[in-house]
Amino acid sequence: MAEVTMRVWRGDASGGDFESYTVAQNEGEVVLDIIHRIQATEAPDLACRWNCKAGKCGSCAAEINGKPRLMCMTRMDQLPEGPVTVTPMKTFPIIRDLVTDVSFNFVQAEKVPALLPPPMPEGGYVMFQEDVQRGQEFRKCIECFMCQDVCHVIRDHEENKTNYAGPRFFIRYAELEMHPLDTNDRRDLVREAMGLGYCNITKCCTEVCPEHIKITDNAIIPLKERVVDAHYDPIAWLGRKIRRRTKRSADDAAVQPAP
Amino acid sequence: MSTTATSTKVVLGGTRGGPDVETLRTDRWWIQPMVTASILTAFIIYATWAAFQNRYYYVGANVHRDLISPFDSPCVASDCVSGSKAGFFLNGWTLAPALLILPFPLAFRFTCYYYRRSYYRAFWWSPPACAVADAHGSYSGETRFPLLVQNLHRYAFYAGLVFNVLLTYDAIRALRQPGLGWGVTVGTIVLFINAALLWLYSLSCHACRHLCGGGVKSFKAHPIRYRFWKFLTPLNAKHMNFAWASLIFVALTDVYVRLVASGALTDYKLF
Repeated sequence: MAEVTMRVWRGDASGGDFESYTVAQNEGEVVLDIIHRIQATEAPDLACRWNCKAGKCGSCAAEINGKPRLMCMTRMDQLPEGPVTVTPMKTFPIIRDLVTDVSFNFVQAEKVPALLPPPMPEGGYVMFQEDVQRGQEFRKCIECFMCQDVCHVIRDHEENKTNYAGPRFFIRYAELEMHPLDTNDRRDLVREAMGLGYCNITKCCTEVCPEHIKITDNAIIPLKERVVDAHYDPIAWLGRKIRRRTKRSADDAAVQPAP
Repeated sequence: MSTTATSTKVVLGGTRGGPDVETLRTDRWWIQPMVTASILTAFIIYATWAAFQNRYYYVGANVHRDLISPFDSPCVASDCVSGSKAGFFLNGWTLAPALLILPFPLAFRFTCYYYRRSYYRAFWWSPPACAVADAHGSYSGETRFPLLVQNLHRYAFYAGLVFNVLLTYDAIRALRQPGLGWGVTVGTIVLFINAALLWLYSLSCHACRHLCGGGVKSFKAHPIRYRFWKFLTPLNAKHMNFAWASLIFVALTDVYVRLVASGALTDYKLF
């Protein structure tokens, strides 16, 4: 039976360091299997978060050899030879070992103005397949928060956390903005308070997404273009003036509750 | 039984885990930004040299050809070589015509979402690669001038479309062989491929996809724009490929025209 050396970050908010463990590795095993073996044999107090072991709950997100990945979906035989480094997600405060406090994301989730449909017409709301399909991609998100972890806007600049929603929530904003029944206008909100302009489209969020959601191409860039429509395009502005259309402000949007 | 909901107080900030190092990545993450920086630098150096050379950009009637370099078309300088002049020209502009032309396609590429990703990584190191530390202490992204100008990408796209039309016209004109009639040469094919790649690059642009249909709330309510969007979406997925292919080929097209114009190469007639 093969053996593998794992360098696992051990520690909490007061400090920490790498601990090396050499354990058995069986064919077809994933990183989470090895972490569980370490727990079972050498370090029963090693903390890690996991649940489905099928890449669908997003709980076991960590950084493997420096890259954000789901431990349950990373096969050991696909990693290069040599010790494997496992660290907690860097962007979020550590709780213990591989477990981080991802509360930042729940704070951002609370800030998203909800879907606001028009009054119910007689016969109910009607959604057409082509409109449903568009937002379907964004519903695949399992909230592993690896896109938030890898985004350098907050990974390398903690101070931006106060005014940056992050890729996970930009797909939520995009989904709502593309919803044919939604009447909230969140364009001012994403530009100002949610910091869409901080994103410089380096596409790392798309690279790490385990659900292969095209976060940048299908959500962030379309959102940026919608913000251009509302704020930076002089011809669009002139068109609105001529047709006497107004752009509802995000202040209105932010305070309008869902029915 | 009480059904009172409980909530946990959320605290932001706090100490991060892991070592304080730039990256723990063990793969060769630096190759991609290095290759990107090399190609873009080479293109900028070549385009600058070609723009200032101000000759060998047109192959004319003396060799029964009508080939113009994409860097210098439309030739609107007052001293353009015989046969290359556009229908209009700027009186008094005696510098290379490329200096008037190149800013527009360069603006299109500079503000392009794909190239932004590439040069932010390769030149600005913000970040150089995913999960590798940003090279800067503070970061404001595209929220301030001058990077706020990136939001005008769609206007650079419109300008790019004008040049695509002109370069397509040049390719059609290249079928003309003064003194011999019509025919296809290697140069004609080069100009057609160049125009085709530039069209693919423009049509796969994110701004184009948004303007043609992506900006609507309901596809059902805009069936024609939905069709456009459906046509452009698979192209958009290959925007990176078209960006590189068109950039490299436009330089190669210029090289070809320059070599033929200088007499170093013969433009063979195919049929």
